[in-house]
Amino acid sequence: MSSAYLILEDGTVLKGESVGSKREVISEVVFNTSMTGYLEVLTDPSYAGQAVVMTYPLIGNYGICFDDMESGRPWLSAFIVREFSRIPSNFRSEDTIQNFLKRYDIPGIAGIDTRALTRVLREKGTMNGMVTTVAYSPEEVQALLPKIRAYRTKDVVSKVTCKNKYEFTDAGDSTPWPNLVGSRVELEEDRQGNVSQPASSDDDGMIRADDPALAGTVFSQTASTKESGSGRWGSAAGNGEEHFRVALMDFGMKKNIGRSLVHRGCRVMVYPAGTSAEEILKDHPDGIMLSNGPGDPKDCGDIIKEVRKLYDAKVPVFAICLGHQLMALAAGGNTYKLKYGHRGGNHPVKDLKTGRVYISSQNHGYAVDPDSLPAEVATPAFCNVNDGTNEGMSYTGKNIFTVQFHPEACPGPQDSGYLFDRFVRMMSRVKRENAEKTSGKEA
Amino acid sequence: MPKDHSIKKVLVIGSGPIIIGQAAEFDYAGTQACRSLKEEGIEVVLLNSNPATIMTDKDIADHVYIEPLTVEVVEAVIRKEHPDSILPTLGGQAGLNLAMELEEKGKLKELGVRLIGTTSRTIRRAEDRLEFKQAMEKIGEPVAPSKVVTNVPDGEKFAKQIGYPVVLRPAYTLGGSGGGIAKNQAELDEILANGLRLSRVGEVLVERSIAGWKEIEYEVMRDGAGNVITVCNMENIDPVGVHTGDSIVVAPSQTLGDKEYQMLRTSALNIITELGITGGCNVQYALKPDSFEYCVIEVNPRVSRSSALASKATGYPIAKVAAKIALGYTLDEIKNAITGKTYASFEPMLDYCVVKMPRLPFDKFITAKRSLSTQMKATGEVMSICNNFEGALMKAIRSLEQHVDSLMSYDFSSLDDGQLSRKLQDIDDQRIWVIAEALRRGFTVEGIYKATRIDPWFIDKIDHLVGMEKALKTQPLTDALLREAKRMEFPDSVIARLAGKSEDEIRDLRRGFEIRANFKMVDTCAAEFEAETPYFYSTYDGGEDEAAQFISRPGRHRTLTDAAESAEEAAGASESPKAARNKDGKQKKVLVLGSGPIRIGQGIEFDFCSVHCTWAFQKAGYETIIINNNPETVSTDFDIADKLYFEPLTPEDVENVVNLEHPDGAVVQFGGQTAIKLTEALMKMGVKILGTDADDVDAAEDRERFDEVLEKCGITRPKGATVFTAEEAKQVADRLGYPVLVRPSYVLGGAGMRIAISDEDIDSYIGNINRYAQEHPILVDKYMMGREIEVDAVCDGKDILIPGIMEHIERAGIHSGDSISVYPAKDLSPEVKKTIEEYTKRLAQNLHVIGMMNVQFIVRDDGVYIIEVNPRSSRTVPYISKVTGIPIVPLATRVILGETIKSMGYQPGLQPEADYYAVKMPVFSFEKIRDADVTLGPEMKSTGECLGIAKTFDEALYKAFLGAGIRLPKYNNMIITCCDEEKPAMVGIAKRFSAIGYTIYSTHGTWKALREANIPARQVNKIEKDSPNLMDLILGHKIDLVIDIPNRGIEHQQDGFVIRRAAIETGVNVITAIDTAQALITSLEDNSVQKLSMVDIAKIDRR
Repeated sequence: MSSAYLILEDGTVLKGESVGSKREVISEVVFNTSMTGYLEVLTDPSYAGQAVVMTYPLIGNYGICFDDMESGRPWLSAFIVREFSRIPSNFRSEDTIQNFLKRYDIPGIAGIDTRALTRVLREKGTMNGMVTTVAYSPEEVQALLPKIRAYRTKDVVSKVTCKNKYEFTDAGDSTPWPNLVGSRVELEEDRQGNVSQPASSDDDGMIRADDPALAGTVFSQTASTKESGSGRWGSAAGNGEEHFRVALMDFGMKKNIGRSLVHRGCRVMVYPAGTSAEEILKDHPDGIMLSNGPGDPKDCGDIIKEVRKLYDAKVPVFAICLGHQLMALAAGGNTYKLKYGHRGGNHPVKDLKTGRVYISSQNHGYAVDPDSLPAEVATPAFCNVNDGTNEGMSYTGKNIFTVQFHPEACPGPQDSGYLFDRFVRMMSRVKRENAEKTSGKEA
Repeated sequence: MPKDHSIKKVLVIGSGPIIIGQAAEFDYAGTQACRSLKEEGIEVVLLNSNPATIMTDKDIADHVYIEPLTVEVVEAVIRKEHPDSILPTLGGQAGLNLAMELEEKGKLKELGVRLIGTTSRTIRRAEDRLEFKQAMEKIGEPVAPSKVVTNVPDGEKFAKQIGYPVVLRPAYTLGGSGGGIAKNQAELDEILANGLRLSRVGEVLVERSIAGWKEIEYEVMRDGAGNVITVCNMENIDPVGVHTGDSIVVAPSQTLGDKEYQMLRTSALNIITELGITGGCNVQYALKPDSFEYCVIEVNPRVSRSSALASKATGYPIAKVAAKIALGYTLDEIKNAITGKTYASFEPMLDYCVVKMPRLPFDKFITAKRSLSTQMKATGEVMSICNNFEGALMKAIRSLEQHVDSLMSYDFSSLDDGQLSRKLQDIDDQRIWVIAEALRRGFTVEGIYKATRIDPWFIDKIDHLVGMEKALKTQPLTDALLREAKRMEFPDSVIARLAGKSEDEIRDLRRGFEIRANFKMVDTCAAEFEAETPYFYSTYDGGEDEAAQFISRPGRHRTLTDAAESAEEAAGASESPKAARNKDGKQKKVLVLGSGPIRIGQGIEFDFCSVHCTWAFQKAGYETIIINNNPETVSTDFDIADKLYFEPLTPEDVENVVNLEHPDGAVVQFGGQTAIKLTEALMKMGVKILGTDADDVDAAEDRERFDEVLEKCGITRPKGATVFTAEEAKQVADRLGYPVLVRPSYVLGGAGMRIAISDEDIDSYIGNINRYAQEHPILVDKYMMGREIEVDAVCDGKDILIPGIMEHIERAGIHSGDSISVYPAKDLSPEVKKTIEEYTKRLAQNLHVIGMMNVQFIVRDDGVYIIEVNPRSSRTVPYISKVTGIPIVPLATRVILGETIKSMGYQPGLQPEADYYAVKMPVFSFEKIRDADVTLGPEMKSTGECLGIAKTFDEALYKAFLGAGIRLPKYNNMIITCCDEEKPAMVGIAKRFSAIGYTIYSTHGTWKALREANIPARQVNKIEKDSPNLMDLILGHKIDLVIDIPNRGIEHQQDGFVIRRAAIETGVNVITAIDTAQALITSLEDNSVQKLSMVDIAKIDRR
């Protein structure tokens, strides 16, 4: 077994065992405290440009089930763990994590004191680091440090977004796991109608086959990739239910955002991050969903301009994570980098309207400064119980609400899945109001 | 939501005596909750019949009632104390059942009190099988197809419908008592009939067997505002079919993907929400290993053993938070005490792996079946923490203190492969060792999975350990190999054995390679936040040492806990704690060794002692360090000592802590035999033993040396000798004359102790003793019949303090832990009392005892003989402390620190007697252990105890019987069988039972004796004779009581065995000692004690 090294920007060198790719990469090093869901972490595009340290020491126990991938491939730069399981054991497991890393050319390191590393990142804040299999001499390491420090994730959204718009049509009926649309735990608002059975469709999956990184990759048959070619919303499913048409802006979306909408009866069209607001609005969506994504929101200047136009439009908007930050920036607010971010599945967020606390799935290094937005523009809707940072905004006089955490879960708790219901209700209400307005005019 | 200010005075109900299925975890939970309530300024009234608990201390609650847990008693306490609320969710099933009874009888409304922490509706919906099923159906949570039946034919019909095997679960019982799996109708009939009888409401659930599915548990919290979180999930290594209390459990789950984890987590949150529980709750699931199909096994709407485990595994104080929630707080208002930064509304994240193993009592009940099923059998448990599973398992194994140190500790070499293959099917306590042997022989993981249904992931881990055994046996001990072996927590001794080297050689080799343990912190948050609380575990992963960093952190000393302060106020200390300094000017550190898993003979009383000793040292300005491995106890709560090391109590593990902490001394006299056994090792490490010198401890244990001491003191003892072999023992016995007492030295709880009446007995007993490697000799003493007397004393080297003399109701020959003990002794003359005081003093002085001492005497015809001296704390310490108001443990601790009895304000010698009686009654768990012999003898068998306290002896005795669950009369029918030797005494007792209206049934011999004495009795056939015989009588469910006094000696003891077992298993009280029978009739005769008086223990002051 060959060695691998993690060189932190402060000169610390940690030695471990190389697993997966032997590529040398420089990235930001962040830690995630989830005890399950490593595959979801690996394939969450928000980690693009980052090396992820798992604080739970035993990784790979239940193997790899391709159905659980949150995007078409892993996007993170490197994967740092204490110990990889000798064998995977789970009825759904199709492969080992070791093979998975190799297949997708992701460098992994095992045998690292991940707790010590986490404590360093907690104390000193997120750092850059290099993962390599080369045993550099101390002098060479010193020489590498400026390069490591200089690393910045930039324009990373354009790398992870889809190339063309397509309809997301996850085949809900065949979804192999239950409960994925959120828990039944006391919704804070009365749910009415709108929670319909998933629409069935012959199309399946949203993995972007055109991604260059996937060239030549053999997929398991359960994760086949197909993009609906038309780029138009299909006809309404014939079960008589109301279907809202959601435009989902893909900044690096996790599949379960699309799935959560589809399972609530929405028709979801996914747009590349660079799509102009005009183009989206031209398709007359009932609502717009801004997805999660990687990197510093302030790097997304062009996108922010388009989001501003969406803000000015009358269409209901629900935004998650990066989408939440971009909306804040578009509305004139500010974002800042957290010392070491929130990544894990145990963060309590408080709904400021009801006082209820929900355990949420989180993955972000930046946060919205709620004071940067005046109350006439937006008010905080959620805050983090631990450190008080902003976890969501509600836009005054608008049908826009945004959250920092991940109601789509995967990995993590499903407690805030009700937010998708809220979005559906919002679209329903706006549609009804518009219809009333139109009929009023006609009369 | 802020605190509910209408709650001012709360009655907390404890769980009563320790029995299998309801053990120390409720003392831990109750203590934590009481402290949490007091923190909020609530006046706490505590009711618990168990005197060994920490929760029944006056510094834990404001008013303490150690009274039987019956509705009448609760009512009396409420009428006396007028609490506004009752918190019933911390006393296990016993507390919940009481709350339900109060509600059903309309007492709550009548008395104007309310339940907090839960409602009776919630209890009913979670506990009543039908209502629970309906609640689950309402929210779409699957439960296994099942039906509640109240008679056997209905059960048969339903079982036929759903197909065998079926699981049977009686409603409202503890630890699955009376339940089981039936594979056919015959088994169903037997288990069902038994279960119906054991159920409080005569209901048994018959359900589809889901045996072999994964068993997963979630610990969930919910507050009054509806906020819900999960604290921890756990995976049982043993699949469904073994009670979770008997399963090896790992936290967090290891083989669930996020989809399964979240599916069950969401389900658990939905369930707690639907049931409307406020506080803690435990949900158990069966998860089909090859699909997402699952079903809810059960919900405990209260804190439980699992929640104690989850608390210790994560650092999240479930009971404390549950108590705050009961007061109206919401989760986001309660600070996480470990981090001091986060709130209770967050979910702990582990960055390590926790393994819990049950401590099973098969070493005590050698006749019992070792098989495990849905009926819990474990008396206690151990927990271990490591950052890899292999290491956690290895640490848990050696924490058990059951002569096991690795996966090689049971020898199956005599089985051929076919036999081994069949043995894999046996579900018993040795299963993982059988699996290890199978792997050694090349059985495949897949094959073993098929036989055991244990997830292949765990089997692979065992295989990994087996592979390491082989490597250590065959490969040179390189740096890398040794490092990996230590990472997997192979003890040096095991490595030495495998590599054919000595333990010292391995240690030296390890030091050469710089392979040493380092300590990590349990912080609830996987290092995401800085933690304030020093709660550590060791690993050999070569990483950094957080304990070392913590030690070098400046200004880290915290202030005393409130409980410690009030404990010391009670002890009379006046000055505020000032740091005690050693010669380097550093604060002195003391190591307190805990007592490991709860087992018969070493129960929570030693945790009581350890905790009080820790508080006393804190008060004296010492920094305190606890090492222990029992997740159920108060001592392993993170805020008891200044530092907690959750580690096995073996010399090597303790040495790792010693090397880091360099304590100024260690106390071993409070942690039972577990701690005493470490004395020599500690001295070798250079740790000073505080208190009585180790050499003097040896003088008390070593026969010859002890004889010298006795001679010097002028004290006599039953004659005897020390032997090593059966031959020598027989020679000694011949010389002394039978009967003789045979026992190993250095044991607690009379392990292996027997009365022998013949050479055959000696052969058999010594064979039993030698089941395990015996380093210490065997003692053979003349058995002397007489009154057994016990004292605990504090000695300062010169003076002694005896809080009181305890007298046993049963004569010598029955283990003191199984005897009914009475304080003050009521049958002793002043002269005898004086002699006892004098002897105790002489022994203390000649053994140079500093601290605690326990002495047992036999009094016969006013002659006082000594049985044994234990220069350490004993089982009776909590009880005698509470009933005399003299805080012995803090006093002994202060003596250890150099104070004298006089300087502490006490008059040396025997203290004045109290003006009421306290009776300590042993409680057994025989109904849980199939085939265990219930006959009392020199080897201890009781699992717990309760107390009766009153102005008169009769009332105290009556209360004690009531507390032990003996509620007579019911049918006024009893069976008496008696050996010839005791017949004269029995006649008198029978006459008295007859006089209060009992119909007596006897077999021929006893019947004849009774008839001759003109006692009406009815003759009944022996078991082997035609029906109707004794067995029919017992199975007829109309018998209140069986008094069976068997002959001594191995061949005779089998006679009544079947009768006694049948009686126990049908819920009939069985008495096997003549004196116990006498005591019982005495308590039943006195009608004046029907109305009970309540005694507030907190108001007892030393006289």
